[in-house]
Amino acid sequence: MGEYTLHVNGREMHVSAPADEPLLWVLRNRLDLTGTKYGCGEGQCGACTVLLNGQATRSCLTPLNAVAGAKVVTIEGLEQNSHLTPVQEAFLHEGAMQCGYCTPGMILQATSLLNETHEPTDQQIVEGMNGNICRCGTYPRIVAAVRMASRLAAHGGTR
Amino acid sequence: MSGRDPVAAGLPPLDRREFLKGLGAGLLVVLTPGAAWAQESGRGFRGHELPKDISAWIAIDADGRVRVFTGKVEVGQNIRTSLAQQVAEELRVPFDSIAMVMGDTDLVPWDMGTFGSRTTPTMGPQLRTMAAAARQMLIEKAASNWKVPATSLHASGGKVADPAHQRSIGYAELTHGEKLVKVISGDQPLTPAADWKIAGTPVPKANGRDFVTGKHKYPSDIVRPGMWFGAVVRADAFNAKLVSADSSAAEKMPGVKVVRDGDFIGVAAEDSSVVRAAVKAIEAKWDAPAHQQGNEGLFDYLKKTPEPGEESHPHSRGSVEQAFAGADVKLDERYTVQYIAHAPLEPRAAVAEWQNGKLTVWTGTQRPFGVQEELMQAFNLPAAQVRVIQLDMGSGYGGKHSGEAAVEAARIAKAIGKPVKVEWTRAEEFTWAYLRPAGLIEIRAGARKDGTLVAWEHHNYNSGPSAIETPYEAPNQMIQYHPAQSPLRQGSYRALAATANNFARESHMEAVAHAAGIDPLAFRLKNLTNERLRAVLQAAADKFGWTKARSTAQRGYGIACGTDKGGYTAACAEVEIGSGKTVRVRRVVAAWESGAIINPDGLRNQQMGAIVQGLGGALFEHILFGDGRIRNPYFSAYRVPRFADAPQIEIVILDRKDLPPAGAGEIGLIALAPAVGNAIFAATGVRVRNMPMAPEAPVPGIDPSPFRS
Repeated sequence: MGEYTLHVNGREMHVSAPADEPLLWVLRNRLDLTGTKYGCGEGQCGACTVLLNGQATRSCLTPLNAVAGAKVVTIEGLEQNSHLTPVQEAFLHEGAMQCGYCTPGMILQATSLLNETHEPTDQQIVEGMNGNICRCGTYPRIVAAVRMASRLAAHGGTR
Repeated sequence: MSGRDPVAAGLPPLDRREFLKGLGAGLLVVLTPGAAWAQESGRGFRGHELPKDISAWIAIDADGRVRVFTGKVEVGQNIRTSLAQQVAEELRVPFDSIAMVMGDTDLVPWDMGTFGSRTTPTMGPQLRTMAAAARQMLIEKAASNWKVPATSLHASGGKVADPAHQRSIGYAELTHGEKLVKVISGDQPLTPAADWKIAGTPVPKANGRDFVTGKHKYPSDIVRPGMWFGAVVRADAFNAKLVSADSSAAEKMPGVKVVRDGDFIGVAAEDSSVVRAAVKAIEAKWDAPAHQQGNEGLFDYLKKTPEPGEESHPHSRGSVEQAFAGADVKLDERYTVQYIAHAPLEPRAAVAEWQNGKLTVWTGTQRPFGVQEELMQAFNLPAAQVRVIQLDMGSGYGGKHSGEAAVEAARIAKAIGKPVKVEWTRAEEFTWAYLRPAGLIEIRAGARKDGTLVAWEHHNYNSGPSAIETPYEAPNQMIQYHPAQSPLRQGSYRALAATANNFARESHMEAVAHAAGIDPLAFRLKNLTNERLRAVLQAAADKFGWTKARSTAQRGYGIACGTDKGGYTAACAEVEIGSGKTVRVRRVVAAWESGAIINPDGLRNQQMGAIVQGLGGALFEHILFGDGRIRNPYFSAYRVPRFADAPQIEIVILDRKDLPPAGAGEIGLIALAPAVGNAIFAATGVRVRNMPMAPEAPVPGIDPSPFRS
């Protein structure tokens, strides 16, 4: 067990945990941030995706000691003063989910993608999102949502 | 938010009996059994009688909020929304005033489970009947208060209105402090679909915002005060017996407890990081049978190893032998499907808590009352002592009928005297849940030169009887399902064996058409009188541009259709054959009809999802196994459809407001695989008769497919 200070969703948080504990379990079991999901534990499904200094990162493969000092954003940290981000708005508008278990990871992956590529082509969306699995098969709607989020962001929303 | 989950919405937890006793605001209407009622809803099952009073299903709160109680559960198929729409419609209340209480065994009437596309055709009418009866009661109550005839009043927007006197009264005011009792008929007149204002519209997913903000609590998200983390030491092979286990090292770890009971070894740890290490620290020796059936030789094994005592009922008409002997075109082939995994993105998870002898379990399951029964048996408890709470979960696709994690968590929790959470790993979900059955299907068909089908023989070994009967006119038929002893644990999977039977049938129909030199669509239509199936077939073909589609060596076009459980579907697929014989499905047009549509947006979402999910089983999903082990229990070794696999999908919906709604969550799968197989054939002249049709590497035990995904 070690003592760590994390910056999660704009707040400083202190945790006591083993250095090699995956960030996923730190978030879920120690910080009560259960929006980040377990799906495979091998970085294959993207359900555990968070933003690490703005970059989509698989929290199931990221040890705690690698994130000390970094800025972590989870699904819970996107909404500001009851305002959804363009990506969240777009997922809601397109109905881009069924069971919704993959949705937090999808939203953070898409957020990261749009941070890097403001107006992605459909091909870039598919490539950028291909590491995230939706078993319900809502991929076409998610692509539409990312496209819409790009337009929303261009019209003044924050990414 | 409408149709909201009261727990998610932060409303106080409600004890149903307290609620009814305290508020006294329920409506009690005793329904006499009517024809529809007896047929669909009032049917007792294993001693379970469905309650006949409205208050068991619908409660009108003092503030006008309406709570609806159902044992059906939300797993992504969108029934939290579609059921709420139907109640709002019949009760004449705003959609937003409905809160669905689902899958909590203490609060909702007993229900067999959420499977078989039964929610829409049975729970829908059930709740609509209750809502319509409640509405009538409210109108009569208002009429009696105002001393006017009930026929002069009408209900809308949660109020009873008296247009003649320009007055109205809210439902909550009418029910407050009083129970209304009246015997009415079970056959309530329901609002016709043509008059629907809330049902039949694309209402967005209930609680949608909670899903995009991470607020929604899935079963694996539940935390209880003082909760420990549990895990189970698994056998190293199926059918293994525990020989010995040394748990001394694990027991010495701080904050760790080991629970031993026969072959069961559970571990509990106070700290989440310790539990898996503690499992690893236990040295268990297992004795497994030397030879267990694997992929090699699987289909011969299934054919030769019938399940004893499982009678197989043949469907027979005319004489297949005679008709076959006289047919101009004869075709005899075998088709196979592999075991595949549901792989819901949320693996099994449960939190168990014992309090004063009562067990409460939060878990993800399609059958909360089935899991309650499992727990009652495991711990010898009456139903009143076991509460199962199912939270809208990370889906199931037919794969979460059972309560393994619930029983495990309850066992460990009981032994250590603390609440315990058990979350299965992905490898556990692949290995210790159950699978879509593998199957062998043999079909023999005969047709005349003019394309008239005369003989049809269809045998299914192990995969199942769903949609085994042909929708085509064949005067001579012999159709039989042969249950076999499965080497792997198998169970329900979205659409059951309809996918396998339809793949074989529609592939075979295409092959017969080809042998007879007739266009496959024309051949189907020639032998098909079912108007609903013809309609979707024609609709898909029209939208796709079937008559103009000309296949080349690089691009093939295929068509297929199918029906089961009141749903009718047809699909046209465009497939691209790349260098190295790679297969990419580029475009799918799917037509769907299932009677009146409750929510067109939810329906489209289901059909699109079914196409994408169906691609996995059609092209590449398969379980590798042998010697009692699953060899690919990881997403890195078990390929599932991803963004890059998804074709352009167009869904054509036929809304038949004149027909009762059928379930739409499953059958959208069944035309996809044969449409793709037929497209591959159209491009290459090669008929692939084994699903998956284009695996990453040849599947052991079957002739290697020339195609790759």
